[in-house]
Amino acid sequence: MRPSRKTAARVLLYAVLVLGAAVTALPLFWLLRSSFMRLGEIFVFPPKLWSDDMQWSNYHEAWTAIMFFRYFLNTTFITVVAVLGTAITSSLCGFGFARFRFPLKRFWFSLILSSLMLPYAVYLIPTFLVWAKLGALDTYLPLIVPIWFGGGAFNVFLMRQFFMTIPRDLDDAAIMDGAGYLTIFVRIMVPVVKPALITVALFAFVGTWNDFLNPIIYLHSEEKFTLAVGLNMFRGIYSTKWHLLMAASAVVTVVPIVVFLIGQKYFIEGVTLTGMKT
Amino acid sequence: MRRREAVAGYLFVLPVLLGFLVWVLFPLVGTVVVSFTDWPLDQPPKWVHLQNYRSLVATGPLFDSVRATLYFAAASTASRVIVAFFVAMLLNQEVKGRALFRTIYYLPSIVPIVASSMIFLWCFQPDFGLFNAVLRSLGLPPLRWIFGPDTVIPSFVIMDVWAAGPTIVIFLAGLQGVPRELLDAVEVDGGKWRHRMIAVTLPHMSPYILFNSVVGLITALQTFTQGYVMTRGGPNNRSLFMVILIWREAFSYGEFGTAAAVAVMLFGIIALLTVLVFVTSSRFVFYYGAQR
Repeated sequence: MRPSRKTAARVLLYAVLVLGAAVTALPLFWLLRSSFMRLGEIFVFPPKLWSDDMQWSNYHEAWTAIMFFRYFLNTTFITVVAVLGTAITSSLCGFGFARFRFPLKRFWFSLILSSLMLPYAVYLIPTFLVWAKLGALDTYLPLIVPIWFGGGAFNVFLMRQFFMTIPRDLDDAAIMDGAGYLTIFVRIMVPVVKPALITVALFAFVGTWNDFLNPIIYLHSEEKFTLAVGLNMFRGIYSTKWHLLMAASAVVTVVPIVVFLIGQKYFIEGVTLTGMKT
Repeated sequence: MRRREAVAGYLFVLPVLLGFLVWVLFPLVGTVVVSFTDWPLDQPPKWVHLQNYRSLVATGPLFDSVRATLYFAAASTASRVIVAFFVAMLLNQEVKGRALFRTIYYLPSIVPIVASSMIFLWCFQPDFGLFNAVLRSLGLPPLRWIFGPDTVIPSFVIMDVWAAGPTIVIFLAGLQGVPRELLDAVEVDGGKWRHRMIAVTLPHMSPYILFNSVVGLITALQTFTQGYVMTRGGPNNRSLFMVILIWREAFSYGEFGTAAAVAVMLFGIIALLTVLVFVTSSRFVFYYGAQR
């Protein structure tokens, strides 16, 4: 009686997990499936699971219908600059908070952390008005500059936690040898906190690549759009051509998915640390 | 030496401090100031006292917007936390292929929100969409999903729960820290699954539940992209999230003062809810090993 009950529980456990995974994967499968169909095939009932005649040309057609390649380059540029800014700024600041004694340190640190609770929507209007006054609308400056001067409160916190775990003997020895603080930071600290830096960089990558609100507010000329904004524009033009819209969506999705699959370990560790803050 | 250290410390944190002042503190005060003005882009601003607030309260969309935002935030946070907790409990058993399951459950949260909006827009189509095809094949009546005034918010909730991967991962990390010896002790005393749950797991997990609820609420209250792309706030303003209203006032109508007034209200709601959660949380959140 007991062992069979246990087996039944295991079977149920796996059944629920597999069903959940299937439901989760279904919309992504539907995206792929639809992206390879002819327009006629897509409207058949009952729906077909896969195309009889895979239309790779959908991808070509979607890709060339609007300036997707241009948007790809724009997005890559913004993302690379944002990732560098996040990594550099947050690690410098985290190092500063972890290693130095200076007046009002605790005050500043908790103030910066408190901005985690503040909704970005609250800053939106004045920030936009200032960029407008500076004549920086329709440039990449509003998307990039704040990142170099902030790095994200959470990233600062994460880097600080990492720096705190490094024994002080390391930097004391270097100071004895006459090394300056910046040398210690670059030569000793950065190599040690590399995993944390990669985590921060990956989150910045996906965050910037996927961002929609900022680009749609600040970018107005079509040739400056990012992929996310371009995809939304594409939908405005081809709203009934679902096969092409799905092909375009798949293209926009593929880069962050690949980045995630490669750096998965860092994503999971980063998210786990988020929860540890509690 | 002390002085040199202090100067160096300030230099390291300087960019972030400046950024905090320029891009957080200043705009925070700025939003309140702008909300009392009539501020067209091309003319000098005019001080109008409470005019923006009055006209917001006098006309309809604000209430639709607050209702849609609160309804979505409450429903999506509760669903996300419950579903994620349940999935994390399952994954915390000894399962083969846990890493693969985790990857699949995490994947949707990596999809750019504009792209997932397109995917769900397609799946929610009343005539040819996937979801109604599934309903029909089960012999159930089709739904109007995001196109129906009563189903639009539940549809967005489904989409939100679909991307609950990070919440699952945080719960999973918490569950792995539940003290084994306490669970065993309950079992030795003849306790059942529900006793372990109530006496050990839930108290231990309460800080994680609090964290995921607060983060979920703050995120959900600022929902924009799905609504902007998929429904434009419709039908009948039923999904007019407050950030969409802010966007519309500012960037469609050029009413920056009114947009700022909505932002101030959103901030008030978030602050109020956060304080409420933290104040009540001391009653039911348990910190293992902490002196209270």
